[in-house]
Amino acid sequence: MNNEPAFELRDVAFSYEGKQPALVNVSLTIHAGERVAILGSNGSGKSTLLKLLDGLYFPTQGVVRAYGQPLSEAAFDDDTFNFAFRRRVGLVFQDTDVQLFSPSVWEEVAFAPMQLSLKSGEVEARVDGALRALRIEGLRDRAPHRLSGGEKRRVALASVLALQPDVWLLDEPTAGLDPRSQCWLIDFIAEQGQAGKTVITATHNLSIVDAIAGRVFVFDESHRLAAQGTPEEILSNQELLLACNLSHAHRHRHADSGQEHSHPHSRPPAHAHDAESMRLTPEVQSPRHQTKELKDT
Amino acid sequence: MTPDGSPPAASLPQPNPSRRRSDVIERTLADISHALEHALFAEETARRNGLLQALDPRVKVLAMLALLLAVALSHSLAVIGGLYAVTLALAWASAIPLAFFVKRVWLFLPFFTGVIALPALFITPGPPLAQLPLGLAVTRAGVTTALFLLLRVSTSVSLGALLILTTPWNDVLKALSVLHVPDSFSLILGMTYRYIHLLLRTVSDMFLSRKSRVAGRLSGAEERRMVGASAGVLLGKSLHLSSEVYLAMQSRGYRSHSRVPGLAAFAMRRRDWSALLIAVALAAAAIVLGR
Repeated sequence: MNNEPAFELRDVAFSYEGKQPALVNVSLTIHAGERVAILGSNGSGKSTLLKLLDGLYFPTQGVVRAYGQPLSEAAFDDDTFNFAFRRRVGLVFQDTDVQLFSPSVWEEVAFAPMQLSLKSGEVEARVDGALRALRIEGLRDRAPHRLSGGEKRRVALASVLALQPDVWLLDEPTAGLDPRSQCWLIDFIAEQGQAGKTVITATHNLSIVDAIAGRVFVFDESHRLAAQGTPEEILSNQELLLACNLSHAHRHRHADSGQEHSHPHSRPPAHAHDAESMRLTPEVQSPRHQTKELKDT
Repeated sequence: MTPDGSPPAASLPQPNPSRRRSDVIERTLADISHALEHALFAEETARRNGLLQALDPRVKVLAMLALLLAVALSHSLAVIGGLYAVTLALAWASAIPLAFFVKRVWLFLPFFTGVIALPALFITPGPPLAQLPLGLAVTRAGVTTALFLLLRVSTSVSLGALLILTTPWNDVLKALSVLHVPDSFSLILGMTYRYIHLLLRTVSDMFLSRKSRVAGRLSGAEERRMVGASAGVLLGKSLHLSSEVYLAMQSRGYRSHSRVPGLAAFAMRRRDWSALLIAVALAAAAIVLGR
């Protein structure tokens, strides 16, 4: 990481159709080479923030700067600026069906290099390199709609990797992935961080935060920046996580003692519950492992 | 009592096949499943080892156009019939099941062409071939006109089906470049094909979710309301999808004047040139003989 700010937001607000607020008075700075997690519950504004950082949306109030330059529609009307920005910043959308719009995997991965006006040989080299890095050479002629969820995620990452961006914006990258693919993805993000890339990941999956980020921004349900800090500081602040709807309290029975009590969970339980609850993630619970809000207990 | 202590569920009645439900939900789900199966089958036949599968897609596009022209310009039933026989031979040589190939073409022909061909039997002037009640007469010229129409359409549709069943859709789009179709147009066609699959699955999920919650039978008005509401939801989803897809394209640098991938390195080999020559010669012969 260096001290050069990759992104700066000052008093940024954004609302859809001028009515529905998605972000309210957000100010933050992300440095080049930093690995950052944007935490927030569903609808807190994480995806909107990534689209603002990618110059796809523009703030209704305040300013977003990338490498010191304000991002505005006028700026992107300039082909030179657009080219330089798009070459440096890549966004992986949450919905892979949105990201994968080409008829074949090869064309999908070739799409971004083609926009860089590279020569055919270089486009092919970049596509082959990205397919190899993501271990999906065997999918090159397949149609995206025939792929599994994990394969689609890899192709979506390859489609941005071929751009060789300095900044990765990842929107809920673990959504719909099985545990093995999640582990692989965490390693991929770590590799990008080690290569000096700026990696900004929007997620509500608390179990991956300390593996993918050195700093965390937390958004609350009123679409404001509620807190920022290291993963340890944020994940240990149960009051904050409960207030931002990122954690819950539940009542369960301990198998060994037979005692029941309630406590908050922001990640899979580290201690022994009964055998069934040990297999569950916080989001998926059996009737025997019933969620109960703190106020009710 | 069940293991968790709840009372046992009441037993379910024995299903009776004669009471089989057949409503708009079932029909829509069956149609979607049929469409997806068709697409999957076409992709599968395009990957088989066969005569046409081995040819350059551009040759297939040009050959198809030449033969379509011959079908349209020929005035001989025997020549057009001969060209239809050629399509059957090509289907056989390309590992396409003949029964499927013939059925695919002739099953839909009466609906689209028959409607036009049928009146021609009666209204075309000429000596009567058979007298029907109500003063209607089938004329010899009428039968010839109807036969021409049916044979021309069936041969043309067979040629199109041969191209689609022996060439991956993606390659068909790329091959259009030989006709100077702009790459951006091919890109839009490719995206349309790709998202039709996604939207078909969305409709399928919507109707399955309805099916899981409908216990009785829906009245005609309820069915119409449901179909209308589903169409509205689908339109909303497709609009949202289109704007998101455009953002995804923009995010990777797309501008209206950008290059798009699509021109794969097709290479013409000797057999491709030979196939093109044979197709053009056949088309020319059909036009000359059918004058």
